[in-house]
Amino acid sequence: MVWLNAIMQGVLLGGLYALFAAGLSLMFGVMRFVNIAHGDFIVVAAYMMLTFVVSLGWNPVLGVALTVVLLGAAGYLNQRFVLNRVLGGDILPPILVTFGMSIIIQNGLLEVFSADSRKIPTGWLETASVEIVDGMAIGLLPFLMFLTAIAVIWALQLVFYRTSLGRLLRATSDDPEIVPLMGGNNAHIFAVATMLASFVVGIAGIWLAMKTNFDPATGPGRLLFAFEAVIIGGLGNIWGTLLGGIILGVAQTVGAQIDAGYQILAGHLAFLAVLVFRPTGLLPKMAG
Amino acid sequence: MTRLLETTGLETFYGDFQALFGIDLHIDAGETVAIIGANGAGKSTFLRAVTGLRPTAGQTIVFDSTSIAGMSADRIHKLGIAMVPEGRRLFPSLSVEENLLIGASGKRPGPWSLESVYELFPDLAPKKSNGGTALSGGQQQMVAIGRALMSNPKLLLCDEISLGLAPKIIRDIYKAVPLIQERGTSILVVEQDVGQALAVSDRVYCFMEGRVSLTGTPAALTREDIANAYFGVGEAA
Repeated sequence: MVWLNAIMQGVLLGGLYALFAAGLSLMFGVMRFVNIAHGDFIVVAAYMMLTFVVSLGWNPVLGVALTVVLLGAAGYLNQRFVLNRVLGGDILPPILVTFGMSIIIQNGLLEVFSADSRKIPTGWLETASVEIVDGMAIGLLPFLMFLTAIAVIWALQLVFYRTSLGRLLRATSDDPEIVPLMGGNNAHIFAVATMLASFVVGIAGIWLAMKTNFDPATGPGRLLFAFEAVIIGGLGNIWGTLLGGIILGVAQTVGAQIDAGYQILAGHLAFLAVLVFRPTGLLPKMAG
Repeated sequence: MTRLLETTGLETFYGDFQALFGIDLHIDAGETVAIIGANGAGKSTFLRAVTGLRPTAGQTIVFDSTSIAGMSADRIHKLGIAMVPEGRRLFPSLSVEENLLIGASGKRPGPWSLESVYELFPDLAPKKSNGGTALSGGQQQMVAIGRALMSNPKLLLCDEISLGLAPKIIRDIYKAVPLIQERGTSILVVEQDVGQALAVSDRVYCFMEGRVSLTGTPAALTREDIANAYFGVGEAA
Protein backbone atom coordinates (compact mmCIF):
# COMPACT_ATOMS: atom_id res chain seq x y z
CA MET A 1 0.00 0.00 0.00
CA VAL A 2 2.85 2.41 0.72
CA TRP A 3 4.06 1.89 -2.84
CA LEU A 4 0.67 2.52 -4.34
CA ASN A 5 0.45 5.60 -2.19
CA ALA A 6 3.86 6.77 -3.39
CA ILE A 7 2.78 6.32 -7.00
CA MET A 8 -0.44 8.21 -6.39
CA GLN A 9 1.43 11.11 -4.78
CA GLY A 10 3.89 11.02 -7.69
CA VAL A 11 1.11 11.36 -10.25
CA LEU A 12 -0.24 14.40 -8.45
CA LEU A 13 3.25 15.91 -8.13
CA GLY A 14 3.59 15.33 -11.87
CA GLY A 15 0.83 17.89 -12.35
CA LEU A 16 3.10 20.55 -10.86
CA TYR A 17 5.98 19.49 -13.10
CA ALA A 18 3.69 19.60 -16.12
CA LEU A 19 2.77 23.17 -15.16
CA PHE A 20 6.48 24.01 -14.93
CA ALA A 21 7.07 22.45 -18.32
CA ALA A 22 4.07 23.61 -20.38
CA GLY A 23 5.32 27.17 -20.86
CA LEU A 24 8.81 26.00 -21.77
CA SER A 25 7.37 23.52 -24.24
CA LEU A 26 5.15 26.15 -25.84
CA MET A 27 7.98 28.65 -26.35
CA PHE A 28 10.26 26.01 -27.77
CA GLY A 29 7.50 24.73 -30.04
CA VAL A 30 6.68 28.08 -31.61
CA MET A 31 10.09 29.78 -31.64
CA ARG A 32 12.70 27.02 -31.14
CA PHE A 33 13.69 29.15 -28.23
CA VAL A 34 15.00 27.85 -24.91
CA ASN A 35 14.40 30.12 -21.97
CA ILE A 36 17.05 29.43 -19.33
CA ALA A 37 15.34 31.88 -16.96
CA HIS A 38 12.06 29.93 -17.14
CA GLY A 39 12.41 28.54 -13.61
CA ASP A 40 13.31 31.96 -12.24
CA PHE A 41 10.19 33.50 -13.78
CA ILE A 42 8.21 30.79 -11.96
CA VAL A 43 9.87 31.85 -8.69
CA VAL A 44 9.10 35.50 -9.46
CA ALA A 45 5.45 34.54 -9.79
CA ALA A 46 5.67 32.72 -6.45
CA TYR A 47 7.08 35.82 -4.72
CA MET A 48 4.46 38.00 -6.39
CA MET A 49 1.66 35.82 -5.03
CA LEU A 50 3.36 35.78 -1.62
CA THR A 51 3.57 39.57 -1.60
CA PHE A 52 -0.02 40.14 -2.68
CA VAL A 53 -1.66 37.55 -0.44
CA VAL A 54 0.59 37.32 2.64
CA SER A 55 2.45 40.61 2.91
CA LEU A 56 -0.34 42.84 1.62
CA GLY A 57 -3.14 40.56 2.76
CA TRP A 58 -5.19 40.93 -0.43
CA ASN A 59 -7.90 38.55 -1.52
CA PRO A 60 -6.34 35.36 -3.01
CA VAL A 61 -8.53 35.60 -6.12
CA LEU A 62 -7.21 39.10 -6.77
CA GLY A 63 -3.69 37.81 -6.06
CA VAL A 64 -4.01 35.02 -8.62
CA ALA A 65 -5.47 37.33 -11.26
CA LEU A 66 -2.82 40.01 -10.74
CA THR A 67 0.06 37.52 -10.74
CA VAL A 68 -1.08 35.82 -13.94
CA VAL A 69 -1.87 39.06 -15.77
CA LEU A 70 1.36 40.79 -14.70
CA LEU A 71 3.45 37.78 -15.71
CA GLY A 72 1.69 37.65 -19.09
CA ALA A 73 2.23 41.35 -19.73
CA ALA A 74 5.87 41.11 -18.69
CA GLY A 75 6.31 38.09 -20.94
CA TYR A 76 4.86 39.93 -23.94
CA LEU A 77 7.04 43.00 -23.42
CA ASN A 78 10.17 41.00 -22.68
CA GLN A 79 9.75 38.99 -25.88
CA ARG A 80 8.76 41.95 -28.05
CA PHE A 81 11.48 44.33 -26.97
CA VAL A 82 14.35 42.15 -25.73
CA LEU A 83 14.26 38.50 -26.72
CA ASN A 84 13.09 39.04 -30.32
CA ARG A 85 16.36 40.89 -30.93
CA VAL A 86 18.41 37.79 -30.24
CA LEU A 87 16.18 35.30 -32.06
CA GLY A 88 17.59 34.03 -35.31
CA GLY A 89 19.61 31.26 -36.85
CA ASP A 90 21.99 30.93 -33.92
CA ILE A 91 20.66 29.32 -30.73
CA LEU A 92 23.47 30.63 -28.53
CA PRO A 93 22.48 34.33 -28.12
CA PRO A 94 19.00 33.58 -26.65
CA ILE A 95 20.57 31.10 -24.25
CA LEU A 96 23.17 33.64 -23.10
CA VAL A 97 20.63 36.44 -22.70
CA THR A 98 18.16 34.34 -20.72
CA PHE A 99 21.03 32.95 -18.63
CA GLY A 100 21.88 36.54 -17.79
CA MET A 101 18.26 37.23 -16.90
CA SER A 102 18.30 34.20 -14.64
CA ILE A 103 21.25 35.61 -12.67
CA ILE A 104 19.71 39.09 -12.50
CA ILE A 105 16.38 37.73 -11.26
CA GLN A 106 17.94 35.49 -8.61
CA ASN A 107 20.07 38.31 -7.21
CA GLY A 108 17.23 40.81 -7.44
CA LEU A 109 14.99 38.48 -5.44
CA LEU A 110 17.76 37.90 -2.92
CA GLU A 111 18.10 41.66 -2.46
CA VAL A 112 14.38 42.23 -1.94
CA PHE A 113 13.21 39.07 -0.17
CA SER A 114 16.42 37.76 1.49
CA ALA A 115 17.56 34.16 1.27
CA ASP A 116 14.91 32.93 3.74
CA SER A 117 12.86 30.06 2.47
CA ARG A 118 9.15 30.99 2.16
CA LYS A 119 5.83 29.30 1.55
CA ILE A 120 2.27 30.51 1.23
CA PRO A 121 0.18 29.02 4.04
CA THR A 122 -3.03 27.53 2.67
CA GLY A 123 -4.86 27.06 5.98
CA TRP A 124 -7.31 24.15 6.14
CA LEU A 125 -6.48 23.15 2.55
CA GLU A 126 -3.03 22.17 3.78
CA THR A 127 -4.30 19.15 5.69
CA ALA A 128 -7.62 18.38 4.01
CA SER A 129 -7.61 15.02 2.29
CA VAL A 130 -9.90 12.47 0.79
CA GLU A 131 -9.54 8.83 1.77
CA ILE A 132 -9.91 6.74 -1.38
CA VAL A 133 -9.51 3.30 0.10
CA ASP A 134 -8.51 2.20 3.56
CA GLY A 135 -5.00 3.42 4.28
CA MET A 136 -4.69 5.58 1.18
CA ALA A 137 -5.66 9.20 1.04
CA ILE A 138 -4.91 11.98 -1.37
CA GLY A 139 -4.47 15.55 -0.22
CA LEU A 140 -6.98 18.03 -1.53
CA LEU A 141 -4.26 20.54 -2.38
CA PRO A 142 -2.20 18.20 -4.62
CA PHE A 143 -5.42 16.97 -6.19
CA LEU A 144 -6.49 20.53 -7.10
CA MET A 145 -2.97 21.15 -8.40
CA PHE A 146 -3.28 18.14 -10.69
CA LEU A 147 -6.67 19.30 -11.94
CA THR A 148 -5.19 22.73 -12.64
CA ALA A 149 -2.48 21.11 -14.76
CA ILE A 150 -5.05 19.20 -16.80
CA ALA A 151 -7.19 22.31 -17.22
CA VAL A 152 -4.19 24.39 -18.33
CA ILE A 153 -3.04 21.83 -20.86
CA TRP A 154 -6.56 21.33 -22.15
CA ALA A 155 -6.94 25.11 -22.54
CA LEU A 156 -3.63 25.37 -24.42
CA GLN A 157 -4.71 22.53 -26.68
CA LEU A 158 -7.97 24.38 -27.37
CA VAL A 159 -6.17 27.63 -28.18
CA PHE A 160 -3.72 25.87 -30.48
CA TYR A 161 -6.15 23.70 -32.41
CA ARG A 162 -9.45 25.57 -32.32
CA THR A 163 -8.66 29.28 -32.70
CA SER A 164 -7.24 31.47 -35.45
CA LEU A 165 -4.49 32.56 -33.06
CA GLY A 166 -3.49 28.93 -32.59
CA ARG A 167 -3.50 28.38 -36.34
CA LEU A 168 -1.13 31.30 -36.76
CA LEU A 169 1.10 29.99 -33.95
CA ARG A 170 1.31 26.55 -35.57
CA ALA A 171 2.03 28.10 -38.97
CA THR A 172 4.79 30.17 -37.40
CA SER A 173 6.20 27.04 -35.80
CA ASP A 174 6.28 25.38 -39.25
CA ASP A 175 7.76 28.17 -41.34
CA PRO A 176 8.22 31.59 -39.73
CA GLU A 177 9.85 33.11 -42.81
CA ILE A 178 6.73 33.12 -44.95
CA VAL A 179 4.16 33.97 -42.27
CA PRO A 180 4.63 37.72 -42.98
CA LEU A 181 3.53 36.97 -46.56
CA MET A 182 0.18 35.99 -45.03
CA GLY A 183 0.00 39.26 -43.11
CA GLY A 184 1.34 37.89 -39.83
CA ASN A 185 3.79 39.98 -37.84
CA ASN A 186 6.39 37.59 -36.41
CA ALA A 187 7.51 39.96 -33.65
CA HIS A 188 3.93 40.16 -32.39
CA ILE A 189 3.21 36.43 -32.84
CA PHE A 190 6.34 35.49 -30.88
CA ALA A 191 5.40 37.93 -28.13
CA VAL A 192 1.89 36.47 -27.93
CA ALA A 193 3.37 32.96 -27.67
CA THR A 194 5.55 34.11 -24.77
CA MET A 195 2.54 35.83 -23.19
CA LEU A 196 0.59 32.55 -23.26
CA ALA A 197 3.60 30.73 -21.82
CA SER A 198 3.90 33.39 -19.11
CA PHE A 199 0.28 32.94 -18.07
CA VAL A 200 1.16 29.32 -17.40
CA VAL A 201 4.36 30.39 -15.62
CA GLY A 202 2.21 32.55 -13.33
CA ILE A 203 -0.09 29.65 -12.51
CA ALA A 204 2.89 27.33 -11.98
CA GLY A 205 4.52 29.86 -9.63
CA ILE A 206 1.37 30.16 -7.52
CA TRP A 207 1.18 26.38 -7.09
CA LEU A 208 4.90 26.22 -6.33
CA ALA A 209 4.37 28.78 -3.57
CA MET A 210 1.48 26.83 -2.05
CA LYS A 211 3.02 23.38 -2.41
CA THR A 212 6.64 23.73 -1.34
CA ASN A 213 9.17 26.01 0.23
CA PHE A 214 10.97 28.29 -2.16
CA ASP A 215 13.79 30.82 -2.04
CA PRO A 216 15.48 33.06 -4.62
CA ALA A 217 17.71 30.18 -5.82
CA THR A 218 14.86 27.72 -6.44
CA GLY A 219 14.46 28.56 -10.15
CA PRO A 220 17.22 26.54 -11.87
CA GLY A 221 16.04 23.32 -10.21
CA ARG A 222 12.48 23.92 -11.51
CA LEU A 223 13.91 24.58 -14.97
CA LEU A 224 15.64 21.21 -14.84
CA PHE A 225 12.40 19.40 -13.94
CA ALA A 226 10.59 21.29 -16.69
CA PHE A 227 13.23 20.27 -19.26
CA GLU A 228 13.03 16.65 -18.16
CA ALA A 229 9.24 16.56 -18.33
CA VAL A 230 9.27 18.03 -21.85
CA ILE A 231 11.91 15.61 -23.13
CA ILE A 232 10.35 12.53 -21.52
CA GLY A 233 6.97 13.32 -23.02
CA GLY A 234 8.27 14.22 -26.46
CA LEU A 235 8.94 17.67 -27.91
CA GLY A 236 5.95 19.26 -29.57
CA ASN A 237 3.32 17.19 -27.78
CA ILE A 238 1.55 19.05 -25.01
CA TRP A 239 -0.16 15.97 -23.53
CA GLY A 240 3.25 14.31 -23.65
CA THR A 241 4.44 17.09 -21.37
CA LEU A 242 1.78 16.07 -18.82
CA LEU A 243 2.83 12.44 -19.17
CA GLY A 244 6.48 13.46 -18.78
CA GLY A 245 5.64 15.39 -15.62
CA ILE A 246 3.79 12.41 -14.20
CA ILE A 247 6.62 9.98 -14.95
CA LEU A 248 9.12 12.35 -13.36
CA GLY A 249 6.88 12.82 -10.32
CA VAL A 250 6.27 9.09 -9.86
CA ALA A 251 9.98 8.30 -10.23
CA GLN A 252 10.75 10.86 -7.53
CA THR A 253 8.17 9.72 -5.01
CA VAL A 254 8.95 6.06 -5.54
CA GLY A 255 12.66 6.87 -5.19
CA ALA A 256 11.91 8.75 -1.98
CA GLN A 257 9.99 5.73 -0.71
CA ILE A 258 13.09 3.60 -1.13
CA ASP A 259 15.29 6.15 0.58
CA ALA A 260 14.51 9.81 1.18
CA GLY A 261 17.89 10.70 -0.35
CA TYR A 262 17.02 9.04 -3.66
CA GLN A 263 14.13 11.34 -4.57
CA ILE A 264 15.91 13.66 -7.01
CA LEU A 265 18.29 10.97 -8.25
CA ALA A 266 15.42 8.63 -9.18
CA GLY A 267 13.81 11.36 -11.27
CA HIS A 268 17.04 12.01 -13.17
CA LEU A 269 17.53 8.25 -13.72
CA ALA A 270 14.05 7.94 -15.22
CA PHE A 271 14.91 10.85 -17.51
CA LEU A 272 18.21 9.22 -18.53
CA ALA A 273 16.45 5.93 -19.24
CA VAL A 274 14.05 7.69 -21.61
CA LEU A 275 16.96 9.47 -23.31
CA VAL A 276 18.72 6.14 -23.83
CA PHE A 277 15.76 4.07 -25.00
CA ARG A 278 13.48 6.66 -26.61
CA PRO A 279 15.46 9.83 -27.26
CA THR A 280 12.53 11.41 -29.14
CA GLY A 281 10.27 11.10 -26.11
CA LEU A 282 7.36 8.79 -25.36
CA LEU A 283 4.67 10.46 -27.46
CA PRO A 284 5.09 11.54 -31.09
CA LYS A 285 4.89 15.13 -32.24
CA MET A 286 1.27 16.13 -32.70
CA ALA A 287 0.04 16.61 -36.24
CA GLY A 288 -2.60 19.07 -37.41
CA MET B 1 -4.30 52.77 -67.29
CA THR B 2 -3.28 53.21 -63.71
CA ARG B 3 0.09 52.08 -62.49
CA LEU B 4 -0.29 49.38 -59.85
CA LEU B 5 3.37 48.66 -59.17
CA GLU B 6 6.46 50.47 -60.33
CA THR B 7 10.08 49.95 -59.40
CA THR B 8 12.74 52.38 -60.52
CA GLY B 9 16.42 51.38 -60.51
CA LEU B 10 15.81 48.63 -57.93
CA GLU B 11 19.03 47.19 -56.51
CA THR B 12 19.39 44.31 -54.05
CA PHE B 13 22.39 42.91 -52.26
CA TYR B 14 23.14 39.70 -50.39
CA GLY B 15 26.04 40.92 -48.30
CA ASP B 16 28.68 42.06 -50.83
CA PHE B 17 27.00 40.20 -53.65
CA GLN B 18 24.75 42.34 -55.81
CA ALA B 19 21.76 40.40 -57.16
CA LEU B 20 19.75 43.15 -58.89
CA PHE B 21 21.31 46.03 -60.86
CA GLY B 22 18.69 48.71 -61.33
CA ILE B 23 15.42 47.02 -62.31
CA ASP B 24 12.79 49.29 -63.91
CA LEU B 25 9.54 47.40 -64.04
CA HIS B 26 5.88 48.35 -63.92
CA ILE B 27 2.55 46.60 -63.84
CA ASP B 28 -0.70 48.37 -64.69
CA ALA B 29 -3.98 47.52 -63.03
CA GLY B 30 -5.58 44.52 -64.73
CA GLU B 31 -2.42 43.34 -66.49
CA THR B 32 -0.74 39.96 -66.34
CA VAL B 33 3.01 40.35 -66.60
CA ALA B 34 5.60 37.60 -66.80
CA ILE B 35 9.24 37.64 -65.78
CA ILE B 36 11.33 35.01 -67.51
CA GLY B 37 15.00 34.24 -67.19
CA ALA B 38 17.52 31.55 -66.35
CA ASN B 39 18.42 30.32 -62.86
CA GLY B 40 20.13 33.05 -60.88
CA ALA B 41 18.87 35.87 -63.10
CA GLY B 42 17.34 37.59 -60.08
CA LYS B 43 13.66 36.79 -60.67
CA SER B 44 12.95 35.42 -57.22
CA THR B 45 15.08 38.10 -55.59
CA PHE B 46 12.95 40.71 -57.32
CA LEU B 47 9.78 39.17 -55.87
CA ARG B 48 11.36 38.99 -52.43
CA ALA B 49 12.24 42.67 -52.63
CA VAL B 50 8.74 43.67 -53.71
CA THR B 51 7.10 41.62 -50.93
CA GLY B 52 9.44 43.00 -48.28
CA LEU B 53 11.30 39.76 -47.56
CA ARG B 54 14.49 41.53 -48.73
CA PRO B 55 15.37 44.94 -47.30
CA THR B 56 14.61 47.80 -49.70
CA ALA B 57 14.97 50.89 -47.53
CA GLY B 58 15.83 54.00 -49.56
CA GLN B 59 14.79 52.51 -52.91
CA THR B 60 11.93 53.48 -55.18
CA ILE B 61 9.05 51.01 -55.13
CA VAL B 62 5.56 52.42 -55.52
CA PHE B 63 2.50 50.23 -55.10
CA ASP B 64 -0.98 51.67 -55.63
CA SER B 65 0.38 55.24 -55.14
CA THR B 66 2.10 54.29 -51.85
CA SER B 67 5.84 54.02 -51.39
CA ILE B 68 6.45 50.53 -50.00
CA ALA B 69 10.25 50.56 -50.01
CA GLY B 70 11.57 49.54 -46.60
CA MET B 71 8.16 48.44 -45.32
CA SER B 72 7.85 45.16 -43.43
CA ALA B 73 6.43 42.20 -45.32
CA ASP B 74 3.24 41.98 -43.26
CA ARG B 75 2.41 45.65 -43.89
CA ILE B 76 3.01 45.29 -47.63
CA HIS B 77 0.77 42.24 -47.59
CA LYS B 78 -2.01 44.24 -45.97
CA LEU B 79 -1.79 46.85 -48.75
CA GLY B 80 -2.70 44.11 -51.22
CA ILE B 81 0.31 42.15 -52.47
CA ALA B 82 0.21 38.38 -52.03
CA MET B 83 2.81 35.88 -53.11
CA VAL B 84 2.76 32.21 -54.00
CA PRO B 85 6.27 31.37 -52.84
CA GLU B 86 8.63 29.17 -54.80
CA GLY B 87 8.31 25.54 -53.73
CA ARG B 88 4.75 26.20 -52.44
CA ARG B 89 5.81 26.30 -48.78
CA LEU B 90 2.55 24.97 -47.34
CA PHE B 91 2.40 24.71 -43.56
CA PRO B 92 2.80 20.95 -43.00
CA SER B 93 1.08 20.79 -39.61
CA LEU B 94 -2.02 22.59 -40.91
CA SER B 95 -4.87 21.06 -42.89
CA VAL B 96 -5.72 22.29 -46.40
CA GLU B 97 -8.50 24.47 -45.08
CA GLU B 98 -6.32 25.86 -42.28
CA ASN B 99 -3.63 26.69 -44.83
CA LEU B 100 -6.22 28.63 -46.80
CA LEU B 101 -7.52 30.40 -43.70
CA ILE B 102 -4.01 31.51 -42.74
CA GLY B 103 -3.95 33.40 -46.02
CA ALA B 104 -6.87 35.50 -44.79
CA SER B 105 -5.00 36.59 -41.63
CA GLY B 106 -4.72 40.15 -42.97
CA LYS B 107 -8.54 40.36 -43.14
CA ARG B 108 -8.71 42.21 -46.46
CA PRO B 109 -12.28 42.19 -47.83
CA GLY B 110 -12.98 41.09 -51.41
CA PRO B 111 -14.39 38.38 -53.65
CA TRP B 112 -12.16 35.54 -52.42
CA SER B 113 -13.31 33.24 -49.64
CA LEU B 114 -13.12 29.52 -48.88
CA GLU B 115 -16.14 28.95 -51.15
CA SER B 116 -14.74 30.86 -54.12
CA VAL B 117 -11.35 29.16 -53.79
CA TYR B 118 -13.02 25.73 -53.76
CA GLU B 119 -15.02 26.85 -56.79
CA LEU B 120 -11.81 27.83 -58.58
CA PHE B 121 -10.07 24.57 -57.62
CA PRO B 122 -12.84 21.96 -57.15
CA ASP B 123 -10.19 19.27 -56.48
CA LEU B 124 -9.47 20.84 -53.10
CA ALA B 125 -12.95 20.73 -51.60
CA PRO B 126 -12.98 16.98 -50.82
CA LYS B 127 -9.44 17.24 -49.38
CA LYS B 128 -10.01 20.17 -47.07
CA SER B 129 -9.31 18.25 -43.85
CA ASN B 130 -6.22 16.53 -45.24
CA GLY B 131 -2.79 17.60 -44.14
CA GLY B 132 -1.48 20.15 -46.62
CA THR B 133 1.46 17.97 -47.59
CA ALA B 134 -0.62 14.79 -48.14
CA LEU B 135 -1.73 16.06 -51.57
CA SER B 136 -0.29 15.69 -55.05
CA GLY B 137 2.13 18.36 -56.22
CA GLY B 138 -0.50 20.03 -58.39
CA GLN B 139 -3.05 20.11 -55.59
CA GLN B 140 -0.44 21.53 -53.24
CA GLN B 141 0.20 24.29 -55.75
CA MET B 142 -3.55 24.98 -55.87
CA VAL B 143 -3.58 25.33 -52.08
CA ALA B 144 -0.63 27.73 -52.26
CA ILE B 145 -2.41 29.86 -54.88
CA GLY B 146 -5.68 29.70 -52.95
CA ARG B 147 -3.89 30.70 -49.76
CA ALA B 148 -2.51 33.79 -51.50
CA LEU B 149 -5.91 34.65 -53.00
CA MET B 150 -7.59 34.46 -49.59
CA SER B 151 -6.06 37.85 -48.79
CA ASN B 152 -7.93 39.38 -51.75
CA PRO B 153 -4.78 40.89 -53.22
CA LYS B 154 -4.67 43.64 -55.83
CA LEU B 155 -1.48 42.04 -57.10
CA LEU B 156 -0.70 38.33 -57.04
CA LEU B 157 2.94 37.28 -57.42
CA CYS B 158 3.50 33.68 -58.55
CA ASP B 159 7.01 32.32 -58.19
CA GLU B 160 7.69 29.33 -60.46
CA ILE B 161 4.30 27.73 -60.03
CA SER B 162 5.04 25.21 -62.81
CA LEU B 163 8.19 23.91 -61.15
CA GLY B 164 8.23 20.13 -60.83
CA LEU B 165 4.73 19.61 -62.20
CA ALA B 166 3.55 17.57 -65.19
CA PRO B 167 2.61 19.60 -68.31
CA LYS B 168 -1.07 18.68 -68.07
CA ILE B 169 -1.22 19.85 -64.46
CA ILE B 170 0.59 23.07 -65.37
CA ARG B 171 -2.06 23.77 -68.01
CA ASP B 172 -4.81 23.09 -65.46
CA ILE B 173 -3.30 25.50 -62.99
CA TYR B 174 -2.75 28.21 -65.59
CA LYS B 175 -6.41 27.93 -66.54
CA ALA B 176 -7.06 29.71 -63.25
CA VAL B 177 -5.10 32.81 -64.30
CA PRO B 178 -7.83 34.45 -66.43
CA LEU B 179 -10.42 33.58 -63.77
CA ILE B 180 -8.33 35.32 -61.13
CA GLN B 181 -7.83 38.31 -63.40
CA GLU B 182 -11.58 38.54 -63.99
CA ARG B 183 -12.09 39.27 -60.34
CA GLY B 184 -9.85 42.31 -60.46
CA THR B 185 -6.44 40.96 -59.44
CA SER B 186 -3.34 41.80 -61.48
CA ILE B 187 -0.79 39.02 -61.77
CA LEU B 188 2.97 38.84 -62.01
CA VAL B 189 4.25 35.38 -62.88
CA VAL B 190 7.87 34.34 -62.68
CA GLU B 191 8.54 31.41 -64.97
CA GLN B 192 11.34 29.35 -66.40
CA ASP B 193 8.81 27.84 -68.78
CA VAL B 194 8.97 30.49 -71.53
CA GLY B 195 6.11 29.05 -73.60
CA GLN B 196 3.76 29.14 -70.66
CA ALA B 197 4.85 32.66 -69.70
CA LEU B 198 4.26 34.01 -73.22
CA ALA B 199 0.89 32.30 -73.48
CA VAL B 200 -0.51 33.77 -70.30
CA SER B 201 0.91 37.30 -70.16
CA ASP B 202 0.19 40.72 -71.64
CA ARG B 203 3.81 41.79 -71.36
CA VAL B 204 7.08 40.02 -70.66
CA TYR B 205 10.29 41.04 -68.95
CA CYS B 206 13.36 38.91 -69.46
CA PHE B 207 15.96 39.08 -66.68
CA MET B 208 19.61 38.23 -67.15
CA GLU B 209 22.21 38.50 -64.39
CA GLY B 210 20.19 41.00 -62.37
CA ARG B 211 19.23 43.27 -65.26
CA VAL B 212 16.24 43.53 -67.59
CA SER B 213 17.61 42.24 -70.88
CA LEU B 214 14.39 42.44 -72.89
CA THR B 215 10.83 43.63 -72.53
CA GLY B 216 7.77 43.73 -74.76
CA THR B 217 4.48 42.11 -75.63
CA PRO B 218 4.60 38.39 -76.48
CA ALA B 219 3.42 39.12 -80.04
CA ALA B 220 6.23 41.58 -80.67
CA LEU B 221 9.05 39.32 -79.49
CA THR B 222 10.70 36.74 -81.74
CA ARG B 223 12.08 33.45 -80.47
CA GLU B 224 15.52 34.68 -81.37
CA ASP B 225 15.16 37.89 -79.33
CA ILE B 226 14.11 35.85 -76.36
CA ALA B 227 16.89 33.28 -76.72
CA ASN B 228 19.42 36.12 -76.87
CA ALA B 229 17.97 37.90 -73.87
CA TYR B 230 17.65 34.65 -71.94
CA PHE B 231 21.12 33.23 -72.49
CA GLY B 232 23.03 36.32 -73.50
CA VAL B 233 24.31 34.73 -76.73
CA GLY B 234 23.54 37.88 -78.70
CA GLU B 235 25.99 39.89 -76.63
CA ALA B 236 28.72 37.30 -76.93
CA ALA B 237 28.39 37.01 -80.70
